[in-house]
Amino acid sequence: MSDIALDKPAETFDEQAAPATQVRSYWQSVFYRLRHDPVTLFFAAIVLLVVLAAIFAPLIAPFDPYKESIIARLKPFGWKDHWLGTDELGRDMLSRLIYGGRVSLLMGVVPVLIASLVGGMLGVVGGFAGGRLNTAIMRTMDVFYAFPSVLLAVAIAGAMGGGIGNGMMALTLVFIPPMCRVAETATTQIRSLDYIEAARATGAGTFKVIRYHVLGNVLGPVFVYASSLVSVSILLASGLSFLGLGVRPPTPDWGLMLSTLRQSIYVVPFVCAAPGAVIFVTSISFNLVSDGLRAAMDVRM
Amino acid sequence: MIFYILRRILYAIPIALGVSVVCFSLVYIAPGDPLQTVMPPDATAETIEIVKHAYGFDKPIPIQYVIWLGHLLTGDLGMSIATRRPVILEVTDALANTSLLALFAVPLSFIIGYTMGAVAGCFPGRWLDRLVTGTAVVGVSLPNYWLGIVLVVFFAVEYSLLPATGMGPSGSTNFHIFEWSSARYLVLPVFTLAMIPIGILARTTRAAVAEVRNQDFVQTLRAKGLSEFAVIRHVLKNSLPQVMAVMGLQFGYLLGGSILVETVFTWPGSGFLLSKAIINRDVPVLQGTILTLSLVFVATNLVVDLLQSLVDPRIRRA
Repeated sequence: MSDIALDKPAETFDEQAAPATQVRSYWQSVFYRLRHDPVTLFFAAIVLLVVLAAIFAPLIAPFDPYKESIIARLKPFGWKDHWLGTDELGRDMLSRLIYGGRVSLLMGVVPVLIASLVGGMLGVVGGFAGGRLNTAIMRTMDVFYAFPSVLLAVAIAGAMGGGIGNGMMALTLVFIPPMCRVAETATTQIRSLDYIEAARATGAGTFKVIRYHVLGNVLGPVFVYASSLVSVSILLASGLSFLGLGVRPPTPDWGLMLSTLRQSIYVVPFVCAAPGAVIFVTSISFNLVSDGLRAAMDVRM
Repeated sequence: MIFYILRRILYAIPIALGVSVVCFSLVYIAPGDPLQTVMPPDATAETIEIVKHAYGFDKPIPIQYVIWLGHLLTGDLGMSIATRRPVILEVTDALANTSLLALFAVPLSFIIGYTMGAVAGCFPGRWLDRLVTGTAVVGVSLPNYWLGIVLVVFFAVEYSLLPATGMGPSGSTNFHIFEWSSARYLVLPVFTLAMIPIGILARTTRAAVAEVRNQDFVQTLRAKGLSEFAVIRHVLKNSLPQVMAVMGLQFGYLLGGSILVETVFTWPGSGFLLSKAIINRDVPVLQGTILTLSLVFVATNLVVDLLQSLVDPRIRRA
């Protein structure tokens, strides 16, 4: 008999106000999918752990990573509070691994960031301008594609001499061409779509069209691709250090530790294998997080 | 078809020239003077001038490049600073040994990776797919030099089943592939080298197969009443060009990526030569090795592209 709306006016209206089929925004659905992906969450937690350990290394590390001791050389796991043993100069392995994350993560992330910026920009400019400029940019990139990536990194780092800076520069140069190609492909696909034409027709300048209409669509693929490169970058960086082209001793770095401990592998095999295991766990975690992001963001490469 | 082949070959020439420019400039991005490594520190300015002139370093850089390119075309890559042998001999010897590794690692990774990926792609979402995908991620995330060290500890030190390093007592001069006493030296490096391509190939094949399975023609095949086996055959055939492209890239990565594996196993290949050149700061060898490996890579890509167009006629028209 009576209208429900009259009995409880305010609340009912509130409920009705929300649309029956609530449409999630793109980012909402991405986060929704990520939240319901236990594998990605698990490995994201590991990544977070490694990053936090590297940042707060001085607070966490049980010993001084540089403190040497002649009597405590090459001790196995669990020897006198050294949970992961000691290295060839008697330094605590756990502390060195924690500190080592600083350099390794830095060399994993910084080259990818710079390459995404530079390569992404070149790709967007080339893809949007088209014509001769695009051909010039992409053919130059093709030349760098003609080198296997490890080889290019080794060549540049080898010619310039080792060190963190040169190593990062070499890795950046390795990552710019593929990054440029990803951005260029995405831009070229969008450029000919109607809404870009519409935006131009309303009088938007080139810069505005790129800023508001192109970047939003290029960012997804670039971001996903960049996330997949971090693991590659960590592996390559530790490889460079392993060859003596990255960090110089005594700075702790996973690749360098692996290289210097190689001779002692018959004495304390597990201790010597530890840096490699840490590289592996970090790299696979970044890889799986990147796979999860790609699935959640529904980006096809 | 002839036109496609010609066009593709013509396209490879500027790439090869570009590669040579990058390799040429390696000498100039090296810190200090290119002559610094060969000159004694107390050389007089006069001597430096004479040597500079003898090596042609007093000419403008573009002219130097043209001269260098001319030498290159006659097979002259300069002299090794460390061994005083022509670089071209050092590189070809080393490349032969690396090719030996690649000769086994390429088919091995193709067979294992392709099978894994095809199986996973045919049963998407099932436990078999998860197993394969998981193994493939492990493959691409493992530092392969570390895997090499672990394998050496396990197979050579703990159980002494296989030799740890090298190519045998008399090196590459007395190496016979068909005799187990030589071939056993190949087992660990080949397997270590194949690890990353196996992972990458399994992932690519899985994606390609899963994508082809979703295309309309598969539905048509089923509607025609083809057996599941015959359908899978069609799917695999259609996924092949994409997989071949990746395999071609992987061949290049085997050549380049072998540097770490060869260093671990002290395998006297091009990667080992490269790491020795880095330690000795032997720039001519560094330059020559990288140039040769990259040109081999360019040639491989050319062959792969042509093979691809043979398998898939659609590519020729693109």
